[in-house]
Amino acid sequence: MVAAMSDAAALPRRRGRIAPRGAPLDDQALVEVEATIAPLPRDPDQLIEALHRVQDRFGAIRKRHLHALAALFRLPHVVPYEVATFYAHFDVIEDGAPAPAAFTVRVCDSLPCALAGAHDLIEGLRAAMPHARVLAAPCMGACHRAPACIAAHRLVEHATVERIVSPAPQAPLPPPPDLASWRARGGYRPMSADPLNLLKAAGLRGLGGAGFPAARKWELVARQAGPKHLVVNADEGEPGTFKDRWCLETDPHRVLDGMTLAAAAVGAETCWIYLRDEYFHLFAPLRAAIAEVKQAGLFAGGIHLRRGAGAYICGEETALLESIEGRRGYPRHKPPFPGEVGLFGRPTLIHNVETLWWLPEILRGGAEGFAAAGRNGHHGKRLVSVSGRVAKPGVHEVPAGATANEIIAEFAGGMATGHSLAAYLPGGASGGILPARMADIPLDFGTLEAHGCFVGSGALVVLSDRDDLPEAARNLVRFFRDESCGQCTPCRVGTEKAALLLDAPRWDRPLLSELAQAMADGSICGLGQAAMNPVNSLLKFFPECVP
Amino acid sequence: MSIRFTLDGQEVEARAEETLWQVAERLGTDIPHLCHLPRDGYRPDGNCRACLVEVAGERTLAASCIRKPAAGMTVSTGGARVDAARKMVFELLLADQPASLRDAGGTFARYVRALDARPSRFPPSRQHPAADASHPAMLVQLDACIACGLCERACREVQHNDVIGIAHRGAGVRVVFDAGRAMGDSTCVACGECVQACPTGALLPASVVADGVRAVAPERTVASVCPYCGVGCQLDFHVRDNRIIEVTGRDGPANRGRLCVKGRFGFDYLAHPDRLTRPLIRLPGAAKAPDDCVDPRRAREKFREADWEEALALAAAGLGRIREAHGADALAGFGSAKGSNEEAYLFQKLVRTGFGTNNVDHCTRLCHAASVAALLEGIGSGAVTAPFTAAEQADAIFVIGANPTENHPVAATFLKQAAAYGAALIVADPRGTGLDAYATHRLRFTPGRNVALLNAMMHVIVAEQLHDRQYVAAHTRDFEALAAHVENFPPERMEPICGVPAADVRAAARSFATARTGLILWGMGISQSVHGTDNARCLIALALLCGHVGRPGTGLHPLRGQNNVQGASDAGLIPMMLPDYHRITDTAWRHHISELWGADLSPVPGLTVVEIMEAAHARKIRGMYIMGENPAMSDPDVAHARDSIARLDHLVVQDLFLTETAALADVVLPASAWPEKDGTVTNTNRQVQMGRAALALPAEARQDIWIIVELARRLGLPWQHRPVAEVFAEMASTMPSLAHITWDRVAREGSVTYPTDGPDQPGHDIVFGDKFPTADGRARLVPARLVDPAELPDEAFPFVLTTGRQLEHWHTGSMTRRARVLDALEPSPSVSLAPATLRRLGIAPGERLLVTTRRGSISLAARADPGLPDDMAFIPFAYREAAANILTNPQLDPSGKIPEFKYSAARIEKAEPADA
Repeated sequence: MVAAMSDAAALPRRRGRIAPRGAPLDDQALVEVEATIAPLPRDPDQLIEALHRVQDRFGAIRKRHLHALAALFRLPHVVPYEVATFYAHFDVIEDGAPAPAAFTVRVCDSLPCALAGAHDLIEGLRAAMPHARVLAAPCMGACHRAPACIAAHRLVEHATVERIVSPAPQAPLPPPPDLASWRARGGYRPMSADPLNLLKAAGLRGLGGAGFPAARKWELVARQAGPKHLVVNADEGEPGTFKDRWCLETDPHRVLDGMTLAAAAVGAETCWIYLRDEYFHLFAPLRAAIAEVKQAGLFAGGIHLRRGAGAYICGEETALLESIEGRRGYPRHKPPFPGEVGLFGRPTLIHNVETLWWLPEILRGGAEGFAAAGRNGHHGKRLVSVSGRVAKPGVHEVPAGATANEIIAEFAGGMATGHSLAAYLPGGASGGILPARMADIPLDFGTLEAHGCFVGSGALVVLSDRDDLPEAARNLVRFFRDESCGQCTPCRVGTEKAALLLDAPRWDRPLLSELAQAMADGSICGLGQAAMNPVNSLLKFFPECVP
Repeated sequence: MSIRFTLDGQEVEARAEETLWQVAERLGTDIPHLCHLPRDGYRPDGNCRACLVEVAGERTLAASCIRKPAAGMTVSTGGARVDAARKMVFELLLADQPASLRDAGGTFARYVRALDARPSRFPPSRQHPAADASHPAMLVQLDACIACGLCERACREVQHNDVIGIAHRGAGVRVVFDAGRAMGDSTCVACGECVQACPTGALLPASVVADGVRAVAPERTVASVCPYCGVGCQLDFHVRDNRIIEVTGRDGPANRGRLCVKGRFGFDYLAHPDRLTRPLIRLPGAAKAPDDCVDPRRAREKFREADWEEALALAAAGLGRIREAHGADALAGFGSAKGSNEEAYLFQKLVRTGFGTNNVDHCTRLCHAASVAALLEGIGSGAVTAPFTAAEQADAIFVIGANPTENHPVAATFLKQAAAYGAALIVADPRGTGLDAYATHRLRFTPGRNVALLNAMMHVIVAEQLHDRQYVAAHTRDFEALAAHVENFPPERMEPICGVPAADVRAAARSFATARTGLILWGMGISQSVHGTDNARCLIALALLCGHVGRPGTGLHPLRGQNNVQGASDAGLIPMMLPDYHRITDTAWRHHISELWGADLSPVPGLTVVEIMEAAHARKIRGMYIMGENPAMSDPDVAHARDSIARLDHLVVQDLFLTETAALADVVLPASAWPEKDGTVTNTNRQVQMGRAALALPAEARQDIWIIVELARRLGLPWQHRPVAEVFAEMASTMPSLAHITWDRVAREGSVTYPTDGPDQPGHDIVFGDKFPTADGRARLVPARLVDPAELPDEAFPFVLTTGRQLEHWHTGSMTRRARVLDALEPSPSVSLAPATLRRLGIAPGERLLVTTRRGSISLAARADPGLPDDMAFIPFAYREAAANILTNPQLDPSGKIPEFKYSAARIEKAEPADA
C-alpha cells in the first residue's frame, strides 16, 4: 500500500503563520524602489522602465525589490519576476546575493561578430579582466564594425581587448541633424491629399522583414474606429541588420516625419517608439528629437519612447506590443491582426523604422521615382545591411532586385582581401543560406521563397571559402535557441534539440529535416518557423560540407 | 450568426464564437490537446501545438484550440503534415520527461500512447529540477512540466489567486510561485486548481503519489457537493478502499469546476482517530464541567461506550421525562446547517411534534438572522434575489462586510473575474481583504459604522438624483421618508464617523448608482452586529434606490455561511417559522401543517439560539437535543454558554466527534459525515443540489436521519424509516417554493434553482423583476438610524476585536482541524494585528499575547496582518485552545436576535511566559 495514504503518515508540523502568506514585503525595499522609480506613472506599461531603473540603480534586481515593485504597481507578486527574468538585460538575484561585477561587458557572438573573432575576444577579456563580467550576447547592430561589444551601456565597435581594458577617450558622437535641418531639406511639410494612393503607387512594403504592403496596413487601420495607435518598431535584432540604427543615427527627424505622416494618414492619436536597449546610445538623441517635434506642434497626440531590455523576439510586432504593455515578449496569435486588435486592444499601425524612412520621400512627390528605382524587374529602394567578408561593410541604399553579386560588387567594394564568395545570408539569421552559385538571384520579397530563403530585413551576410559553414549554422541555431521566447513547443524545445543535434559529430539528417518541417509548420511566430532555415539550406545546398 | 466551412471534407456550421477545436469535438473528432482545457474560464492559449490542423491556403498549420473558422475555410484535422507536426510535439516533450511519466492517466500520457510517440529520438537536454515537496497537499515535480501554462491560467485567470507564473524564457522557462519561492512558502492558497489542470502530473495531489508518480487509482467516483461553505461547489469524490483519495471539481452552477483548499484537501477528518463510532453515555456521577470542553481526553473519560438500543433509550427517556415534568417548552433542539434538507426538516418536525415546542433553531441565528429579518421586512423574502454568479453581468459590484476570498473562496473567484473583465468593484470593510487587489473603490470604514457609510452613499445618490426614479416609483414605497432621512447624512458629516473620506464615498456611490447593473453582496460584517438589521436595511434600500434588483447582473446577495444554512432555514429550523418561512403565528398555515403532520403545533414562537442559552442558564430549558452544532464553541460569551449547557438536566448530542458541546452531553450519538450520506442541500444561490454517499459508515456510526427517526419513535411518534427521497417529497409538500422540484429531478440535474415554473423549466436565478412577494407587491425602503456598537473601546479595553473564519478552517474546527492538510496549513490560533500596532506595542509577530474583554481572556500568538487598521484585532473562532468566543459580546440585534460577534472592546498585552 502506498505510504502517503496511510493514516499514520503525519504531515510535517508547520509553525503557525505569523504574517501574510508568502514573502514578507520589505519596508526598506519599498522605500528604495519608490525613490528609484519616483517620477514614473504606476501603470503596468511602465514596469519594464521601472525594472531598468532598479537595475541601473542597484546593479541588479533583487527579489525584495521585485516584491516592492509588485506592491507599488498593484500587480501580483509573480508578475515583475516573470517580466524581469524574461529580458536578458535584467539581472535578477537573491536578496542576499552580491550584485554582479559592476563592469559588465556583453560581447556580441552573433554570426558577423563570430566571423570577426568574438570568441577569442571573450576569452581574451576574461583573462585580462578577471573581475569583470564578460557575457556573450546577441547582435548589437554593429555587424559592419565587428566584433562589437557593449561595456556599461557603451557600444564599442571593432572591439579589441585593449580598447576595452584601456578605453581611449571617445569623442562624443556628433549630434544628428536637428529639426531645422530636416525642415530645410523639405521635411515636415504638408503631404499630398491622397497619401494612400501614393503609397500604393510607390509599392512600399514593410521593411522590417515581412514585406507586407504598407498601403494595405493603412487601409485596414484607417477604417477602424479610434482611438488608434501607431507603433514604431525600432527593435531590429536580426543578426546582420543595422539599417534602422543607421536611419536613427543619420536622420532621426526623417523617421519621425514618416511617423507623423503615417499617424495622420490612418488617424492614430498616439505614437509609441520601441527602441532596442542595445541602441541605448540613440535613446537621448531620439528623445531630444521627439521633444523638438512636440515643441514645434508637429504632432498633437502623445509620442512615447520606450526601451526594450534585451530580447530579439520583441522585434516581432506582436511580441513588441506585449513588451510595450509591460509584459514578457510573447508573440500573439493572429488573427486578430494588430491593425484590428493591437496595442492595449486598440487598432494599431506598426511600422519598421526603415519603412518610415521612405515615407517623406514617397508622400512628397517621390512615389514614382521610388517605384522606378528597382532593378531586374523589381521596384523600389532598400537599405541593405552588408556585413561579413566584404571590403566595405555598411548600410547601402540599393535598388530592390539587385543581386548579391551586384550588391557586393557595386556597393560593398567587393569581397574582402583574400576571401572569395562561398555563401551568403540574404536575410540575416533567419533568411537561410545560399551558395555562391545562386548569387545572381534578384533580392526582393518573394524571390527566394522557392529556395527556402527570404530577404527579410535586408541583412546580407557574406561568407567566404575560409568560413566554416556548419559552424555558421550552429551559431545561428544557438542564437534562435537563446532568443526563443519559450511560448510554443516546436520553437522552445525544437531549437534546443536542434542545437544539440548539430553538436553531434555526425548530423542526423532525416531527423533534422523532420524537425525543421515541424518547426516551420507548427511554431507560432516567424522565429520558430525560420529557425531551421540555415540548417535546411546546408542540407540542401551544401550537402558536401554537412558533417 | 453561423459560419459555414469545410472540415475534413464535410461542409459544417459553426457558431460565431466556436473554435475549430470545439467544432471538431462537437462533431466527434478528438484533436490532441495539452495546453487547452475545455472547461469554463480556461482561455485557449495555443502554445503547445498539439492540436494543429491544416487550413487550406495557409503557409503554416494553425492551433485549432484558438483558431476560429471563417466562411469558406477548408480545414483538415489530419493528414501526413498535421500528423507529423503533432507527433513531433510529443516527441520533443517526451525527450525531457522522467522515465516513468508522473501521471500515466493524465492527458499527456494518454496522447503519447494514442500518437505512438515513444520513444523520443531526441537527446534529453534539461537538468531535472528537484521536486518541491514544501506544500502539505501538493507535490511539484517540474521535471514533468511541459510549460503549457495551464497552471498559470488556473491560478491567475480561473481562480484569480495570482501565485503562479511562467518565468525566464526559451528552454529555460519554468513555472514559478511568486518570485521563485517554494510552493509551500508562497502566497498559494492551495485551491488545487493547478493540480486539477496539469496534464502531465508535474503538479499532483500528494495524497495519490508514491515514488513520484500517481500511484493510487480510484475504484469509483461519486458526484456530490462540498460540505463546507454556502457556495455549494459540486465535486467528485474519488474513492478507493472506502477512503477519499482525491477530490476534483465538477461543473456545477456555483463553481464551474473550481474548489478551494477545504473542498479539495479537507476530507480525511472522516477517518480521524477521534471519530466517534459507537454511542457514548455519561458515567454515573461524572460531573459536567465546562473545563472539559477544552480537554477532550478528560471529557472522554467521563463517558462509556454503549450499544444503540441503550443509548437511544436513554436519550429519549431523558427528553421525555423533562417534557412530562416541566412541559414541552423546557426542551429545545439545535438542528444543523451542515446536514441535509431532509435531516433539517425531520429535526424541526421532531422538535415541534415530538417535543411539542417551537424551541428549534440553528446557526442561521449566528450568521444571517439580521439579513433575513431585513429582507423579509423589505422585500418579503429572506433568500438572495440573485446568485453570486450574477457578477458576470454586473457593471458594478458592491461587497461589504464580507471576506469572500477567505470565507467563500470560489464565489470570490467570480467577483475577481468580473473585476478583471472591467466591472467596478467596490469593497467596503474595516479590514483589508483579498478582494482589495481587484477593487476599483476601497472603503475602509470604522468598525461598526456601516450605517453612517451607507446612509452617506444614499445621501449622494438622492441628492445628486442618481436614483432610478421610474423604478422607485413603480416598485417601492416610503421613498420620501427615506430621502428625507438620508438628507441628514452628507458624506462630509459622516466622514469623521465612518472614517471614509467624503470624496471616496461620493465616488463609490456614483459608480454604483450610475452602473447599468449593480450587485450587492454582504457577509457577517453586516449581520453580526446589534444593528445588523439596520445595516441590511441600508443595503436593501441602496439596491432599490438604484433599481438594482430583479434584472440580470443586479440583486441582493447575503453570502450564506454554512453549506446548508439556506436549506435548513427553508426547511423550518427557525423558532418562529414553519417550513418556507410561514410564521408559526399564522393560524391558517399552522393548521394546514398540523393536519399534514397529524399533530398539534404550539402557536407560541420558540426561543432563538442565544435566548435558549439564557433560558438554560436560568433553568427554564432543561433538556436539549443538538445535532451537528457546537454552541460550546460558536456562541458568544462562550464561557457563559458552556455554563448554560452544563446546567442542562439532559443533553443529547449527535455528532462526528466529541465536540466541545458533546463534552457536556449525557448521551452522544455517533453520526454520519457528509460524504457518507445521500441528501439534498441548498446553497447561497438557492440551488438545491444532490449529495451522494461515497463512503460506508465507520463501525457503528449511523445515518443522521436514522437517528432522528429512532429518537422520534421513542418519543412516541409513529414514524417509519423511509428512503430519503420520500422525506424530500414530504418536505416539498409543505414548501410551495419547492414546487416542481422532486428528488428525481435534483438527482438527474444535480442542481435545481428554486423557484421554478415547471418540472421542465429552469429555475429563476434572478427574482422579483416584476413584483415583490409583499402584500402590495412593492418593496419597502426602511431608513436606519445610527446606533453605537454595544460596547465601545475605552481606556481599559482600547482595541476593537472582531472575529470570523479563516480560509483553512471551517466554523468551530471540529472537521477541519482534524483534516491533516488544513491543520498543517493553519495549526494554531493567532490574533492578527496591523504591523504598526505590533511595533507600537513592542510585540514581535509570533509572540504570545493575552487578549481580554469583559467576558474573559485567551492567550494566543500574534500575527502581523497589514490589512488590519490600527487599534483593531482579528481572531478566528476555530481554535478550542484559544476560543475567540470566550471574548465576544452576546448583545443581540433587536430584530434578528443575532449577537455582536464582530465588535468587542478588548485589551491586548504580552502573555506571561507559559510555565515550563
